[in-house]
Amino acid sequence: MSEDLIKPDELVKIDYRPAKPGWMDTKPQFRKGTFNYGAIPKNVEYLDLPFPRRWQPTDDDWQLPENWKTIILEGLRERLDRFRSLRLFMDICVRCGACADKCHYFIGSGDPKNMPVLRAELLRSVYRRDFTTAGKIMGRMVGARDLTVDVLKEWFYYFYQCTECRRCSVFCPYGIDTAEITIIARELLNLVGLCIDWIVTPAANCFRTGNHLGIQPHGFQDSVNFALDDLEEITGIRIDAPVNRKGAEILFVVPSADYFADPHYYGFLGYLALFHEIGLDYTFSAYASEGGNFGLFHSHEMMKRLNAKIYAEAKRLGVKWILGGECGHMWRVIHQYMDTLNGPADFLEVPVSPITGTRFENARATKMVHICEFTADLIRHGAIKLDPSRNDHLRVTFHDSCNPARAMGLLEEPRYIIRKSCNNFFEMPENTIREKTFCCGSGAGLGTDENIEIRMRGGLPRANAVKFVHDRYGVNMLLCICAIDKATLPTLMDYWVPEVQVGAVHEMVGNALVMKGERDRTTDYRGNPMVGREDKADE
Amino acid sequence: MTAWFSFIAVLVLTAVVFFGIEAAGLRFIFGVIIPYAAVAVFVVGFVYRILKWTKSPVPFRIPTTCGQEKSLPWIKYNKLENPPGALATVGRMALEVLLFRSLFRNTKAQLRDGPALVYGSSKWLWLGGLAFHWSMLIVVLRHFRFFVDPIPAWVHYLQNLDGFFQVGLPIIYISDIVFLTAVTYLFLRRVVDSKLRYISLASDYFPLFLLGGVGVTGVLMRYFLKVDIVGVKDLAVGLVTGHPVVPEQTGVLFFIHLFLVCVLFAYFPFSKLMHMGGIFLSPTRNLANNNRVKRHINPWDYDVKVHTYEEWEDEFRDRMKEAGMPLEKE
Repeated sequence: MSEDLIKPDELVKIDYRPAKPGWMDTKPQFRKGTFNYGAIPKNVEYLDLPFPRRWQPTDDDWQLPENWKTIILEGLRERLDRFRSLRLFMDICVRCGACADKCHYFIGSGDPKNMPVLRAELLRSVYRRDFTTAGKIMGRMVGARDLTVDVLKEWFYYFYQCTECRRCSVFCPYGIDTAEITIIARELLNLVGLCIDWIVTPAANCFRTGNHLGIQPHGFQDSVNFALDDLEEITGIRIDAPVNRKGAEILFVVPSADYFADPHYYGFLGYLALFHEIGLDYTFSAYASEGGNFGLFHSHEMMKRLNAKIYAEAKRLGVKWILGGECGHMWRVIHQYMDTLNGPADFLEVPVSPITGTRFENARATKMVHICEFTADLIRHGAIKLDPSRNDHLRVTFHDSCNPARAMGLLEEPRYIIRKSCNNFFEMPENTIREKTFCCGSGAGLGTDENIEIRMRGGLPRANAVKFVHDRYGVNMLLCICAIDKATLPTLMDYWVPEVQVGAVHEMVGNALVMKGERDRTTDYRGNPMVGREDKADE
Repeated sequence: MTAWFSFIAVLVLTAVVFFGIEAAGLRFIFGVIIPYAAVAVFVVGFVYRILKWTKSPVPFRIPTTCGQEKSLPWIKYNKLENPPGALATVGRMALEVLLFRSLFRNTKAQLRDGPALVYGSSKWLWLGGLAFHWSMLIVVLRHFRFFVDPIPAWVHYLQNLDGFFQVGLPIIYISDIVFLTAVTYLFLRRVVDSKLRYISLASDYFPLFLLGGVGVTGVLMRYFLKVDIVGVKDLAVGLVTGHPVVPEQTGVLFFIHLFLVCVLFAYFPFSKLMHMGGIFLSPTRNLANNNRVKRHINPWDYDVKVHTYEEWEDEFRDRMKEAGMPLEKE
């Protein structure tokens, strides 16, 4: 974290009363720590995106193409004709304000334009001006305004200050979904080359190498081998994890951070140990070595381009069905978009657990199962032996990731797994979990150091709920099933609740998993001694 | 400023009809032509807006899920908050339309020392909104006694229910009190809450003043300044049957009431009031969460440039070979 980052006790001095003048007369300040840098031309070009150029949001001149206004308005027209959601959400908001204090960015910043209603009005005001009669005639009175460079800059600032978490849409009486508006507003910005590096570079990496981190196939193989070595050291068992193996029953796809970043990695070890223990016939793919999809944060088209690899690889390898790892936005794409974008998956079979025989009817068209569904089913059938006391040194809570909660409804499976693998599980307050869960504050491509202040602000509601269970129950481990969470929550915890670590649900499974032929386990995957085995751990 | 603008707009409208009737005697225009025109604009405009919305397709199935999905057979799922099929979706929509389910979730975030964020239950908006919409519906339904002759039994039943407490003469309708109170509340919260004041547009205040004006004139006519009710009924029945008779004795108050209603009708399709039709089309609410069960088709789907496996292997073949990874082409 940078030195000049505002201190927590300063940050919480938040005034929720909007200052004068009105929102049409204020401009965003591109202050360090509150925005993301522009995409570097090389990667914009690699993806064949328009208007690659070197630019930064702090520049006065954003080097817009001459006809930028026509491009944006035509782009808006096209999208109004393509998305009922957009046309409807532009028209039916009554500004009742129910969404206002539901956004983590508003709660953490007090910036009125972070109220979902006003974030949407930034786009709506232009829509009214150019696409409605009332707006054309009445102008400002009915909330219409011209599209200007300043408006465009404002869009850039605030639509990259929305994590598409959909919490507001839970509370909206018409289900207006700001994620939908943000996705489309970002598409419009992309049309004139206003995209951010933290999204375009991972997308370009993913397009080229198969994953966001740009790890090449042999590097992927190395990572897997490395994990196998680690696991051998911990458990005493040498296991195998095939990559690009044709004829396997199942293709397993994880977000790339799982095999390359901390603390994701311990969850990755958990998967490997679990699959070995049940003798699963599966394979990784180096070509489809990314379950996550930064394309979603860029455009519907980019989402489709990146997602295409999963089905293509499943077909090439001749697997029967696909299993997916712990990841939030990955599951938004797989659950709500993949079949539509790149299906039908008629070359696959309805997923059946080879261990328990359970037929996953809820995935019978898409043919992809969430690892939590898979593991919960294993536990339910007694297919694995878990010793939850091996996690007794941890007091855990569970953070529902936005997308599995609000774009899927995967709430009970991870909880079931946690209860079976941990003895000390404590829920955060009701209004901060399940469908009302708070975003980590860094999703949708905003999890970088560049916008660290906004991240700490946006993460305040989540961190504060963690603090509550930390103070009350001594919680020291925040579990989640999202790669972005695992990447960004540790920073958030360091800032707000330093005593709490972040981990994967399958890290808990791995810790608790009793494996055949394992050595006497004294430490967890991180090398921390287990309760009652501290002495042995030192030996 | 925007509130004043809307208030003055409604005053001007009132003045127009006042002078139109009192000074110019334009009873036929305000009693017959404008009502017909307003209803025509309403119907055509409403249908146009709905068609315009439905013309844009729903490319992706994007319900907002607010409870456990249907997955493994032993996990209890939440039918109404995360509907797995059509029937449950109808149930979810019914809750949304009739009882404002989502608004019922409303909380109020407060930042206290510590810092401690607390989210208190905040049901006032839900209550105010529900009271407003339901009382308006009852008032509208009660008005059938003017348009239909003889008065249908269900209208009598509704009137009796509405006047259940039998207070006052004429008996005070509960819905009248609730309606005016709710409109006042909906207005006041916009002015008092700084956040709401900040986001409110003239188009948010205008319908409130309009509805308030309609309500006040209606109440004045019923309880305080009696109008020629027989003439009103003749006009109403005449309008419905296509043989309108303009009442000569009915006071200007009635025409103000009628004109404001007409403005509301004509304004409706061009305004946020269309949320009445729009809510039924909201793709985050009216779709089942059966995404992985049933394929959803995007009608404008198009092919995109992808990076194929072959291209990928071509680029990395040598290094993959070195690492001993399986290849398609050696």
